[in-house]
This record gives sequence, structure tokens and C-alpha cells, in this order.
Amino acid sequence: MDLTLLTIDAARSAVQERRTTALALTEAHYARIKQQDGQIGAFLTLSKERALEQADRIDRMAAEGKTLPPLGGVPVGIKDVMSTRGLRTTAGSKILEKYIPLYDCTAVARMEAAGAVVLGKMNCDEFAMGSSNENSAYQTVRNPRDLSRVPGGSSGGSAAAVAADMAVVTLGSDTGGSIRQPASFCGVVGLMPTYGRVSRYGLIAFASSLDHIGPLAKTVKDAAIVLRTIAGRDPMDSTSANVPVPDYVAELDKPVRGMKLGIAKEYFGEGLDNEVRQAVEAAIDKLRSLGCEIVPVSLPHTPYAIPTYYLIATAEASSNLARYDGVRYSHRVRGVKTLSEMYRRSRDEGFGAEVKRRIMLGTYALSAGYYDAYYLKAQKVRTLLTRDFDEAFRKVDAIVTPTSPTAAFRLGEKSNDPLSMYLADIYTVTADLAGIPGISVPCGETNEKLPIGLQILGKHFDEASILRVAHHYEQSFR
Amino acid sequence: MKVTDKDVAYVADLANLELTEEERAGMLRDLNSILEYVDRLNELDTSDVPPMAQVFDRYGVDEAKQGSARFAYASREDVLEGLRKSLPHEEALANAPDADDDFFRVPKVIER
Repeated sequence: MDLTLLTIDAARSAVQERRTTALALTEAHYARIKQQDGQIGAFLTLSKERALEQADRIDRMAAEGKTLPPLGGVPVGIKDVMSTRGLRTTAGSKILEKYIPLYDCTAVARMEAAGAVVLGKMNCDEFAMGSSNENSAYQTVRNPRDLSRVPGGSSGGSAAAVAADMAVVTLGSDTGGSIRQPASFCGVVGLMPTYGRVSRYGLIAFASSLDHIGPLAKTVKDAAIVLRTIAGRDPMDSTSANVPVPDYVAELDKPVRGMKLGIAKEYFGEGLDNEVRQAVEAAIDKLRSLGCEIVPVSLPHTPYAIPTYYLIATAEASSNLARYDGVRYSHRVRGVKTLSEMYRRSRDEGFGAEVKRRIMLGTYALSAGYYDAYYLKAQKVRTLLTRDFDEAFRKVDAIVTPTSPTAAFRLGEKSNDPLSMYLADIYTVTADLAGIPGISVPCGETNEKLPIGLQILGKHFDEASILRVAHHYEQSFR
Repeated sequence: MKVTDKDVAYVADLANLELTEEERAGMLRDLNSILEYVDRLNELDTSDVPPMAQVFDRYGVDEAKQGSARFAYASREDVLEGLRKSLPHEEALANAPDADDDFFRVPKVIER
């Protein structure tokens, strides 16, 4: 059995039944990383000591005949925007090049408590700002399916690692599409839960009302297992919701016959690549054949989602990134005479171009005289966008769209035109703005063998429905 | 609304960023291009629309209560180390670029 081609259950049961060991699984994945990651660039830091300690713990449990927890022995990767105690965490930025967190992100702690073996920290766009993983201050990530192309972003490392079998599952973060879009570009499953479903404690903040943590996985079931592990109220995050966590895995095999799926015309208009359109339409036909009812819906404010997003996200980011002042834990420039100079030069030196651009835009949008015209206006349009979804969800259980207007573009293709990069997020930002869950599943390839993603959006806290539709769709090809 | 050099300098000041001359030129161009694009939000009449400041007021919030009592689910007792232990002193200073045994050390704040 190739130890790098297993799903969560297959890996865990192999360890439980002593057909292999957590140690062997860990070593197999590190071997694969050594072999592949030189050309992909998915990992920023490897955590061998931590991984081997955990693997040993799990192997001793198995030897004693104890029941392993749900992720027992499963090798995972954590996007480098989530703090890991004692393990360097950079957020893909030079400003945190030497930062060693003093605590664990709750989602990471829950994964490890469930037996997951953390192999290392995944590369990402700096402070999760980007759609191609070309904004990492360390190294670009390449798409394992075509090394001349981007893996998507900002969770590019997380998606690439799963696609290249360097980890069984990874955690990523999504603020404007950063889990779903790279999942789509790399041909893996990416789940963004409802806002507040998973604690953000320990997630290095980009935009506090838009940030989400979620899994990238090889199968929908694996995504469901991870969600069940990391979801739930956390007193350390007051925005984490006090809503019970269902058994997402048990819900997967419930029937989809009779479920109503909405198709919003605004997601199938100009700008959508023909091959993507065809693949998504074929997927919709498949869902129809599985017994789902396809219902046309409209989300009329969709054209206003990108400007809304780029005002709210940048405004919140400008506030969240003010903490990187060189005083307590971030990069500090030497040989300066005043405190003010220290702040200004440390930040200019430590932050990359895209981060500075967004800080400037956000600061401008919040500044006196402009707050009403920009930030406040965007918040009002956010209400309109959310009402569009509320209205649509009166008629349907879920909404099906393409994840991205195109398949993976070439490295360097959009990096000189920030606005063109921003427009690539058109189908994903709406869910972040409304706080609803969304999942991307592979639904075919272009003629150049590039993966295409199908996105399923659901009602608040109804991850069970979107997982079920995604699972049935995925299984219909087996 | 067109952004000027003066605006860029002012905003960089607010954001505590010492931009180089090249960066300022690029920023002028990018900000203008993006702001021109976001201007389309003005096509929408939002005079009667409340801003969405919180994603959730629906879950956990006790609708029957008033004021801060509505958010009881998000609060805890005001006691020392109610949720977890405080960071020990040395750990808190561990990532500091410059510190003595007690404090983070920074350049003197000069009176202007």
C-alpha cells in the first residue's frame, strides 16, 4: 500500500489495525516532500520533531490496543497563518520571519488532540492576501498539475500539498475565496465553513469579519471529518457561534433526491471561460440525474461584490496589521533614532507590495472624510448582497456555481495588474461577505488537463447539505 | 475622487509606512485604478439600508434581552485567569527584537 495515497479513514484504520505505523506514515510523507517539494514550494517550515513525537504517541496507543482518535496518525499541513506553539509561523511574510508563537491556534489544537500529525507549515500569500500564492515573501508555489501555473491563493501551499500527496489533509483560510479557489485550481476539495463555525483564535487576522479556517482534502468525506473535529464554540473567540456541531460524516449518505439546487444567472455570464462553463453545466446535469431539482435563482447584487469586498477587507486589514510595529514580535529595522522612524521603516521593510497596497487602500477608505463614501457604503452593500442569498435560500437548499471563471492561470500572468487579480475572485467573495458556507469539488478538466472546480454554497450553518450534495456528486463517478 | 501625491503621503503617514519614492508612484497609480473601479457602488441607492457591521446577530444572541445582556454568550466572569493562565513574563518577552528583563526596549520617543 502506498502510504501517501490514503484518505483519513484508510490511514487511521491501517495504524489502528497495526498494518502500518504512524511513524511509517509520517516518514513516507516526509520522503514525498523531499522528492516533490523542491519544485512545488508548498512547505515553509517542516516540524519533524513535533511530528515524530505525535506519531510515537499514536503508535503507543495502537500498540496498547486503545481506540485511536478520529485523525490518529494522519499527516497534515497547517497554513502558515495559523499559530503553532514553539513552531515558527510567518504568515508568508518577512515581517514575521523569526516569530515563534507562544500558543496554538484552536483549530490546530483540536486537530492534534484528534491525533493528527503536523508535518509542517504551508506556504501562502503574505497575510493571506492574494489569489495565486505569488505574494509569498519566501517562495512561489507551483501548481502540481502544471508547474508553469499558479496553484491559486492564498492557501496555495495547502492545496498543492494535498494535490501532490505531500499531506493527507491541510488547513487553509478563506477571506475572499482562499480555500475554494486554490482547491479548484489544484483539483482537490476545499471547504469554507459558515463564519463563526470554526474558531479564529490563533488565526493571524487579515479581515476579522471575513476570515474563516477550513480543510483542503482529497475527498468530501475527509473534509467532513476535519470539520467535525475543528468546529464548535470556543470561548477564546467571541465570534465563534454557539451552535451545536452535527455529525457531518453521518449526514453525508443521506439522500439528495428532492433537494433544490439554485443556479444563479449572474455566475454564468460574461467572463466565464467556456471550458469551465461546460464542465459546470455537465456537473449540474449529473446532479439532476441524481434526483436534485434545478431551480433558477437570481443574486442581482453580484456585480457589486468585488468592490464591496476590497473596501471592507482592506479596511479591516489596515486595522489588523497595525500591530506589526517592531516592538514586541515583528521585524525591527536597526539604527533608527526615533520610535516613529522605527515603526515606519520596519513596516515598509517587512511588508511586501500587495500588503502595503491593501493597507493603503484600507486606511484611505477609513480616513476622515472618506469613511462614509467608502467603508460605510460597502457595509450597506454587504447587507444587500446578504439579502440576495436570504431571498434565494427561501426557494432552494443550496446554490451551484463555478468556483472560478477560469482554470489555473500562468505564473506572472496577472501579477502586474492588481485589479485583474482581484476580479478572479468574483464567484467566491460573495460567500465570505454573507458569511455562508461554500465547498469546491473537482468537476473535470480543461483540454490542457487543468482542474475545474464546482462550487456549492449553502445556508448559514448548513454545511451538512453542501457536503451531502458534494459527496453524492463525487461518489457518482466511482 | 482622484487621489493625489499629497493624499498618498497623508495616508502613508496614517498607516505608519515609510514608502520609497518609487513605491509612492506605484501606489498613486494603483489606488486611483482601484478607487475608480469601486466607485460603481454609487450606482446603488443604499439610503434605507442598514450597514452590516456584524456577520451574526442571529446566532447566540439572546433577542429577548436588551443592551449588552444580548451578548452574554460571548462574555465570561471578570476574574483573574478566567479562561486560561496568563503568559509568564519571560515567554512574553521571548520574541522581542530588543528587551531587558522587564520591558520591551524601543528608541526614545522624541518630543517634536
